[in-house]
This record gives sequence, C-alpha cells and structure tokens, in this order.
Amino acid sequence: MRVALFVTCLVDMMRPRIGFAAIRLLEAAGCEVVVPETQTCCGQPAFNSGDRASAAKLAKKVIAEFEAHEYIVAPSGSCADQIRNEYPGLLADEPEWHRRALAFCPRVFELTDFLTRVAQPAELPGGFRGSITYHDSCAGLRSLGIKEQPRALLAQLPGVELREMPGAEECCGFGGTFSVKFGEISAAIAEKKCANACTTNADAIVGGDLGCLLNIEGKLRRMGDEKTRVLHVAEVLAGDR
Amino acid sequence: MQIRSMFFKANASAALANPVLQGNLRTSKGKFVDKRRAAVADFEAEGGDFEAMRAAAAEVRNLVLKDLDLWLEKFESAATARGATVLWAKDGEEICRHVVDIARRHSVRKAVKSKSMLSEEAGLNQALEASNVQPVETDLGEYILQINDNEPPSHIIAPVIHKSLDEVADLFEKTHRKPRKTEIPELTREAREALRAHFLDADMGISGGNFLVAETGSVALVTNEGNGRMVTTLPRVHVVVTGIEKVIPTLEDLSLLLRVLIRSATGQHISNYVSLLTGVKRPDEHDGPEHLYYILVDNGRADLVGSQFQDMLRCIRCGACMNHCPVYQTIGGHAYGWVYPGPMGSVLTPLYNGLDKAIDLPHAATLCNQCGVVCPVKIPLPELLRKLREQQVEKNLRPWLERVAIKGWAWVAGKPKLYALGTWFGVRYLNWLAGGKNRIGVLGAAPEWTLGRDFPAPEGKTFRELYSTRRR
Repeated sequence: MRVALFVTCLVDMMRPRIGFAAIRLLEAAGCEVVVPETQTCCGQPAFNSGDRASAAKLAKKVIAEFEAHEYIVAPSGSCADQIRNEYPGLLADEPEWHRRALAFCPRVFELTDFLTRVAQPAELPGGFRGSITYHDSCAGLRSLGIKEQPRALLAQLPGVELREMPGAEECCGFGGTFSVKFGEISAAIAEKKCANACTTNADAIVGGDLGCLLNIEGKLRRMGDEKTRVLHVAEVLAGDR
Repeated sequence: MQIRSMFFKANASAALANPVLQGNLRTSKGKFVDKRRAAVADFEAEGGDFEAMRAAAAEVRNLVLKDLDLWLEKFESAATARGATVLWAKDGEEICRHVVDIARRHSVRKAVKSKSMLSEEAGLNQALEASNVQPVETDLGEYILQINDNEPPSHIIAPVIHKSLDEVADLFEKTHRKPRKTEIPELTREAREALRAHFLDADMGISGGNFLVAETGSVALVTNEGNGRMVTTLPRVHVVVTGIEKVIPTLEDLSLLLRVLIRSATGQHISNYVSLLTGVKRPDEHDGPEHLYYILVDNGRADLVGSQFQDMLRCIRCGACMNHCPVYQTIGGHAYGWVYPGPMGSVLTPLYNGLDKAIDLPHAATLCNQCGVVCPVKIPLPELLRKLREQQVEKNLRPWLERVAIKGWAWVAGKPKLYALGTWFGVRYLNWLAGGKNRIGVLGAAPEWTLGRDFPAPEGKTFRELYSTRRR
C-alpha cells in the first residue's frame, strides 16, 4: 500500500530522525512511502489561536497535496487529530472543500495507530534495550483513542521493559502556543509530569508527539536530569541507523 | 463580584510563587479525580453505563435550552400555585435589590445562607450589610471564607480547597477566641456551635438551587453538611437565588441528573443530603418557610441561548472540569479572578463580563480536553474556548505581536519555498544559540519557554534538506 508521510513541522525542524524512523517503520510494514515535497504545517497553531481563516487556507493546502494518496500518516497524534477531526468543520462553509475533506480525512492516521490497525508489520526494525515509561499525549489519547497501540508495538521489542508512570494520561503542560504564552504555568505542569515519569526510574520517557517531548526534555534538563532519555516512539520502534 | 480576570497572568505567577498554596494544591490534587473515577467504576461494575447516562443528561439539558422560556413559565406557574413568588433579575444589581426589598418587607435583620454562586456573582453579602441585614454563610467552607475577611471562594463546590488545616485552625482560634483545635471534627464542631445560634435567630434563609423542577415548581438542593436544610426550613422567609438555565422538566429528569452530578462532583453515589423543596409551609406542616421567593437570574445567560455558546448553559456546576484541569491544579481558583474558575469559568467569565475583561482566560488552557471527557453533560469546553479565541481575533483583542506571529507563520507555511528557506535559517539560528550544546537556556524569540525549562536544540538540518540529499 502507498502511504504519504506527513512529516509535521516540528519534526522537520527539530528532529528529522523521527521522520526517517517513520519511513523505516512504514517500509518494514511493506508500505511504499512517499513524502510530498511541498508540505509544511497542518495549521494547528493558527486554528488554536483563533485565526480560522489562516487555518482553513493551510487545511486546503494539505488536502490538495495529500488527497491523491491511499493513506496519510503522521508521527504525531496532535497533527493527525487536527487533520482528521478538525478539517471537515473548518471547511464546513465551502461545500466543495468540505466534500473533499470528508473524503480525505478518514484516511489520515497517527503512526502507531496506522501500524497496529492497518499496516501491521510482522517485525519491527528497532532494538531498544532498557526500560521505558510512556507518556500519553492528549490529542492522540482523547481524540484518536491512542493508548494501547504504542504499548502493543513497544511490547514487540524483546529488550523493552514498559513501566507505567502515575498520571500517564495527564497533560504535560505543552499545549502548543500555551507553552510560550504562559511559560511559567506550562513549566510547572511539566515539572509534575517529569516527577511522575521519574518515579519509574525508566531509562527513557517515550511519547508520540514531539511537542510534548521537547517540553518534557527541556524541563528534565533544567531540573538537572541528564540521564533520562526522551524519545519519540518511532525512534524506539525503528532503532538507530 | 469585582472582576480581576484581567490580571490572570500576574495572579497565576503569584500563585506559583506561594509555597503554602502550592503545598495545599499538591495535597488536594487528584482527590476529586480519584473519587470520581472510583464512582464511575462502581457504577459500571453494577451494570450501569456511565457514558450513556452522560449522553442522556446532556439531552435533557438540551431539550430545556431549546424552549427555555416555556419551561421557565411552566416552573413559574407551578411554583406560584404552591405559594411561592417568582421574581426575575437581569443582573447582579437586580438580585441585590430584590433580596433587600424582601428583607425590608419582612423586617429581616439576619439572613443565613447556604452556598450560592449566584450570590457571589451579585456581591449579595455586601448589599445586605449595606442595608443593615447581617448575612451569615453556613456552608463550612463559605463560613471560613466569610470570617477570613470575606475572601472569595476558589472552587465552586469546595470553596476553601486552597486552604490547609493549619490555616483554618489559626483562623478559628483568632475568630472564635477558643483554644486552638487541630483535628477536623473538633474544628467542625466549633463552627457548628458558632453557627447554631445564627440558624435559630435568622429571619431569612438564602440558598442557591441545583435544579428547578418545572412540573412541580420545586427546587432541588444537593449538599453534604445539612446546613442547606436548616437554611431552607428554619427561618420564616426563604429566598432561592439561581440561574434561569437551572430549570429541568420533570422529577424523572432530576433523578437522572443527580446521578451524574454527584458522581462527577464528589464521587459519591449520592450526597449526604438531597432536598426537594416545594412551596411554603402548609397549615398541617411543622416546618418550612412562611414566605418563599425564587429569584431567577439572567446575568448574561439569556444572550447565550441560540448562540454558538449555548452548550455552556448545560452546565450543572459539578466542578469536574476544574478538578481535572492541569492549569487549575497548578495555580488554584483565585488566579482566574472571578466567581467561576477552571475551564467552565474560562468560558463563562468572558461571556458574562465581556471578552475584553478576561482576555487571557480562553487561552489559559492546554486544550488537553480532560475537562471535555469528564463533563457530565458533555460540554465541549476546549471547542468553546477556541471559539472565544476566534471572537478575540475577530474583534482585534489579541496583542499585535501574537497576531503577527500567527499570521506570519501561516503565511510562510502557505509558501513551501519560503517555508524551506525560513526553516533552514531557523534551525541554524537555534543551533547558533545552543552554541554546541544540546539545549538553549534563554530563547529570545520565545522567552516564556525558557523561564522554567530549557529548549532542546534542533538536530542540525531540516528533514526536507536531509530527505532531498538522501534521495539523490
């Protein structure tokens, strides 16, 4: 099957290796992966900031770039949720675009959701050895129902020991632009998340959304924790290369 | 209540810097969350379907809101037929005027109150004092706040959740002039002793109302302390102050809504007291008020009917949204600056007071949707917050720098070549800031981020650069 990768702007800028890991995973599952070159951002920052017009423009851009493909996969629950669940409403006033959105959106998936429910790879390329605690990111968890999918995939890696932290489903305090508008509150929430994660003494905190991971990593390092690794689930599942 | 929501950010900073408050928030965090979770689990273990019940509760509330005027008229005629007087108030000032008039008419000198958030909206206590009527709060939490120089509540059902046992013990020692108590039962007994005399010589009882039942003209009250029952049965005059949206059609609907309300609020299966009060004292009855007044309040609610914010009027004031909110859990309720804190407050405060009075509140949420999934009447709180943000943008109320940044980002993202160039420079700039380290300590472009945490440095090149080279 042919899959178009929606890289996400954060991965593009901050952690390209997550994008490449996603490609390796999809290829391991037998998918032919294409990466539309003109892709940029899903428009979530504008949408959540109340700039509906800008968000609608970017929604149309994403639909036009990706709708020819059978499946669209993003290594982010929050971007996948934005596209899958918000685009139809965002374009509700424009019948033609609304129709295109309705045809397009059900084919958009978050990476681990796609791997477990659709592609189902027999083997994963990753070889992580150590303990992991998993942070459930809000949009993936509560809007896309992503909870067991990453855990099931991680459990396929023989070297991984999964340790649940208290409050795994609680928000890490990132919240997109919230993190720069209310930095103090955001960092204070992140501190609780890090404290919860650290009770497990896991080698790595793993999640499916880079925004949360940058927030958690930034807080951990400021707190003086240099040893706990913060990794995207795709990096763990695909292994280093 | 004087609104202070425009100072949200400063309020929140002060809350974060207050070690006593932070300790109290840590102690209380999760208690309501755990209790609600257990109550829902119990309900489901007994074969119940909590999700179906939430949906049914939301449907009842929607049904009422569709024909709110008709249900209110129905309530009014049923209540009037049972000897009550129904008055209407368009705002807080009118609430105060009505209550003061009633107090004068019945020569009231003291009024005992059970919890009413509407009386907070109106600043009723101050109005009563100005008219020489002594208001006495009898809900334990509200009593504590009243004797602490009329401190405002920080939670809609647990008004003193921000205080520690020690703080209350100090306050009681100072106010009651009795030896300092340290155990909760002793403190409660001391408050009860102080309050009993007030109950006995009060001429008027003022209560809120959780629900107004249209078919019977009754008010339903949900409490845990029993003070509500004393307030509504002992004094000769009872005044109910509640919002026009609280009406529901039938007793059957009441039983459904009580089930979701109480589990969502305190995690109890049923509260210690559920009172259903109908009409004035009849000749064959031993207790109950001789005069019963309903003051049904608009104060911004009617404007929401038929608007894109109508869903908010479903709210049954359980407090689950704030209990589960990471922001509320971190800064407490006072920072929100008005009567209602947390997600429901961040929607209601700007709607009832004006968008410009609470510019930060719709943004003071991570949109994690924990509130939305626990709301017993399925109010899409994050969506409503986002709609408020849209209204702020439409009315040009956001800071210009933010507008430029968002518009600019979206504009660049619409032009792939420009975006590629921008991100090429962006990651190099960030790496230069990191100076060879894997993190940035001070980020000039987003200084708020690095106030309390580092900003991890980017890997080096953008994905699109690497992808185009690797593919070649």
